[in-house]
Amino acid sequence: MDLYAQNILDHYKHPHHQGVIAHADAHYHEVNDTCGDDIAVSLKMTGLKIKEIKFVGEGCAISQAAISILSEELVGKTKAEVLTYEFKNLEKSLGIKISERRYKCALLGLWAIQHALEKYKI
Amino acid sequence: MIKRRDFPILNKKINGQQMIYFDNAATAQKPLAVIQAMDKYYLQSNANVHRGLNPLAEEATQAYEAARIVVADFISATPTEVIFTRGATEGINLIARTWGETNLQAGDRIVLSLAEHHSNLVPWLQLKEKLGVELVYIPLKKNGELNLVAAKKLLALPRVKLLAITQASNVLGILNPLHSLLNIAHARHIISVVDAAQSITHFPVNVQQLGCDFLVFSGHKIWGPTGIGVLYGRQELLQKMPPFLGGGEMIGAVYQDHFTVNKLPHKFEAGTPPIAEAIGLAAAIQYVNKLGWQTIQAQEQKLTSYFLERLATLKFVKVLGRPRLLSQKLPVFSLLITGIHPHDAADLLGQEAIILRAGNHCTQPLHQFFSLSATLRASLSFYNTKAEIDIFIRKLKKLYRLWNNKDNS
Repeated sequence: MDLYAQNILDHYKHPHHQGVIAHADAHYHEVNDTCGDDIAVSLKMTGLKIKEIKFVGEGCAISQAAISILSEELVGKTKAEVLTYEFKNLEKSLGIKISERRYKCALLGLWAIQHALEKYKI
Repeated sequence: MIKRRDFPILNKKINGQQMIYFDNAATAQKPLAVIQAMDKYYLQSNANVHRGLNPLAEEATQAYEAARIVVADFISATPTEVIFTRGATEGINLIARTWGETNLQAGDRIVLSLAEHHSNLVPWLQLKEKLGVELVYIPLKKNGELNLVAAKKLLALPRVKLLAITQASNVLGILNPLHSLLNIAHARHIISVVDAAQSITHFPVNVQQLGCDFLVFSGHKIWGPTGIGVLYGRQELLQKMPPFLGGGEMIGAVYQDHFTVNKLPHKFEAGTPPIAEAIGLAAAIQYVNKLGWQTIQAQEQKLTSYFLERLATLKFVKVLGRPRLLSQKLPVFSLLITGIHPHDAADLLGQEAIILRAGNHCTQPLHQFFSLSATLRASLSFYNTKAEIDIFIRKLKKLYRLWNNKDNS
């Protein structure tokens, strides 16, 4: 049995940046209705740059590890950069191959951040 | 006698390992007899039915209508009360759109159980939006059984016009006490819709004994093809209902400014029907008849008790839905594994060739009732074996061990 890479399980069991940012500049609640995964993100911005990301979520190891990793990796990136982020970028960040059936699990957190950013205007 | 070799797909290997198919509640595998019956139709008899005064069309029509008779006998209905649909979902939508829209008004009540599949829920929610009817849910007990005391009270409420209920939950695998509920409904002139999508594959369903007004099921869950389902309706009700979809076949005559409708059951079968699928479904039913319900039920009961017995040895697994009587439990088990999300379990065990389903299984209100977002479901059929259960338990233990060994913090 080939479990996920150690970093995925670590992030799942001990997620980073959990919580809600008070007076956030942007936030979004993304739900995958077909499987029940659920991620709410809040963002602090400096102009068009991401200063901080926090999340509250429930779901499988892939979805929760992905948002935990993104909440670190995307800090300092601009709105425009993050909006062009796609599956292949994410797969690189996770460091494992994601099968098609786990596509939505992996992308849920990124979608939450992108939707939050889409609504964000200076 | 049960012959696994009748189901060629069961020999499939995934990642070099023998597949164990435990997702029968989603769709069952098909015996060769079904595949061959459909092949034979396409190779020798394919024509459009009820059209054309030619011998090929006559052959196809005879095969299609013979399939209807096989289905009617199977559930103890008359052939004019058997409507072929695309599946159980379409059957329920048909009832909601035709009987519902002509017989229900704002403020009328529909009683359902909390364990309904979305397909026996959303069509009624659509009527709520459209007509302003009210949906009332029968609660469950903690063990997953239907709360019959509450059900009796709800059915006694004023303006209850319809009871729409599943015969068995696709998540809990528990049978509902339908005889009691339908007796009350009948006495109160409440129209009943029975969702037999799950139950039809586990025991004989007899619409006369049940005394229901409508009953639906899908072909693919009873070892038949996808794309075909059955709606049974009491003749008197079907006759009064307006047609559902408009088109060929459902009409009597068409003029520039009006049309007349065809007789039952064709009135509800607009367009070219799923002919090969109806023939495949009949072949599946004939397979069941030949094998015998006794054989199927005996094997399934054996698997159910063995599965629960083996599962009881695992402290990290919880089963959702434990009826007091084992006889009320189908071999359908929704599981919770401590610390491992159902998606991860289904994916990782899937790599080991064990086919399971994770998610809410189209029953979000039921999962909300238990405060869960997802479960891992193993659903068995008569062709499964104790040896397969042993492998499943062994791999589950291995998964749990590896998952926790990796936690080095």
